[in-house]
Amino acid sequence: MTEAAVSVWQLRWRRLARDRVALGALSVLVLLYVLCFSAAWIELWLDVTGVDTDLMSRFDPIDARHWLGSDEAGRDEFTRILRGGQISLSIGLFAALGSSFVGTVIGAMAGYFRGRVDMVLMRFTDFMLAMPALPVLIILAAIDLTKLGFSQDFVRSGAAGYWRIVLIVTLLGWTTVARLVRAATLSLVEREFVLAARAQGASSLRILWVHVLPNAVTPIIVATTLRMGGVILTESALSFLGVGIQPPSTSWGSMLTNAQELMASNPLLAVYPGAAILLAVIAINFVGDGLQSAFDPRADPH
Amino acid sequence: MGRFLLGRITGAGIVLLLKSFVIFALIGLMPGDPLDLMMNANPETTPEQMAHLRAMYGVDLPITQRYWTWLVAALQGDFGYSRIQHRPVLDIIIPALGNTLILTGAAFVLSTTLAVTLGTIAALKRGTWIDRIINLFAFAGISVPSFWLGLLMIYLFAVRLGWLPAGGMPRPEQGYGGMLAHLAMPVMTLVIVETGGLARYARAAMIEVLSQDYIRTARAKGLTDRRMLVRHALRNALIPVLTLVALQLGGLFSGAALTEAMFAWRGMGRLILEAILGNDYNLALVCLMFVTATILIANICADIAYTWLDPRISLGKRRR
Repeated sequence: MTEAAVSVWQLRWRRLARDRVALGALSVLVLLYVLCFSAAWIELWLDVTGVDTDLMSRFDPIDARHWLGSDEAGRDEFTRILRGGQISLSIGLFAALGSSFVGTVIGAMAGYFRGRVDMVLMRFTDFMLAMPALPVLIILAAIDLTKLGFSQDFVRSGAAGYWRIVLIVTLLGWTTVARLVRAATLSLVEREFVLAARAQGASSLRILWVHVLPNAVTPIIVATTLRMGGVILTESALSFLGVGIQPPSTSWGSMLTNAQELMASNPLLAVYPGAAILLAVIAINFVGDGLQSAFDPRADPH
Repeated sequence: MGRFLLGRITGAGIVLLLKSFVIFALIGLMPGDPLDLMMNANPETTPEQMAHLRAMYGVDLPITQRYWTWLVAALQGDFGYSRIQHRPVLDIIIPALGNTLILTGAAFVLSTTLAVTLGTIAALKRGTWIDRIINLFAFAGISVPSFWLGLLMIYLFAVRLGWLPAGGMPRPEQGYGGMLAHLAMPVMTLVIVETGGLARYARAAMIEVLSQDYIRTARAKGLTDRRMLVRHALRNALIPVLTLVALQLGGLFSGAALTEAMFAWRGMGRLILEAILGNDYNLALVCLMFVTATILIANICADIAYTWLDPRISLGKRRR
């Protein structure tokens, strides 16, 4: 062999780099995140605001300053979309990572300890899976936290509203990853290298961390990516129904609630936030699909 | 088979029971309780009267006790009343169920047919521009928020063009034409959203089957493409697709909450949303229990359909 050794991750990256669709989607996604999180600087540069109302400039048309016009309260629509994106996109990321973490822990425990632990955990997974997701999410989003002993001030704060959504979407979203990780763990713990590690006295945690999880990481990455899209859709639905992100915070879903009432006179205000959701989620799904084929050694090279 | 069924039904019963408790407890944590709402309706209620009412309705009892009372009544067929509509819960659920079945049933038949057709075409034309366009359509369907799609449709077809009613239920005197006009947009929304995932699944199943040895044999025997496709490929590719479809059958009864709400279609999904958002605790609880039960039954049916379609799998063994 004269060629330099190539690590498996380099191989995977090369396969992904050949996939023009996935690469394009990845660029769109990165661009969206960068744009949304530079909203404050863009506002300074364009001298507009997506936060403060200005009743003198309601429904301004599109011009050099207001790239997408302004909304019913005179806020600049373009930077407002970017600010909404900060919430929607970061909830997508955090809740997807959270779901994967919970799913990995539960799946690895079920697959590694097997027997009774496995049975209990898998019944629990089935239990969660058969929940009517949206209604239960709405109930969880509407629960009066003061009845659980939290203070009024905390419950009304924006941060509580934000993390509540992250938490409940995480709680209902880990089942796919748990099943994937369990299946991978079940087959991996039978392998010789795990036996060898155990014979050398490695602890359960070490075996899981060093020998099992690295071999199960690709399906987790794919599932996390696809989950991000699902989370963004769920959050937008909850906010649209009025139980998600509450004003003065804003997300793409809550922007659509206001826009719905102005549909007849200002249809474009209802187009932008939805188009932003569609763009973000479709990009995420294409990236996830690309990762899946890049990680799958059997997949045909496109 | 009998033993398997018995086991599954017992398991489902236990899950249902557990779930009813969890949902009961969660709903109890929602803002306000029935008496707060009563008091808002009549500001002249004195604190003594309130205390009396609280004791009478048992609102302050521990959750387990309240749940037990509810469960005993429910098991005797008494599901209680709706707080907002002042009617027995079952009288509200049954018509909503009928409406939901019309909507979701129509969308289900259309989207399944469309998905299998598109998936098969994409698999056969793999790598061509037809495959790419179907793939893009599928991804768009998976990625679009259904309520936004509904919003755009209402604007286009009802507000702008005036072709279709913006929502609501057809009146009986409008006949089939009225029914179709009212169904058109919600069904279209559901079909667009549901077809994508299933079409991709059908495509993957078809590609898998087409690479099998028996297909090569069938080709080598000189079967025509059409015959090979229908007799050998499609039949085998449909097995995983149908199991996924069977799993979705439970969703037919739960309705499509957002779509129904957008188009003011009086189905189960909208009923559940209204019950939850309007603090109609008992109605919400019974609806959710009903929906969960149908999901569990559909899962059992999916398992049975699986063995029936694919004799290689036996019900006795646990699938991993």
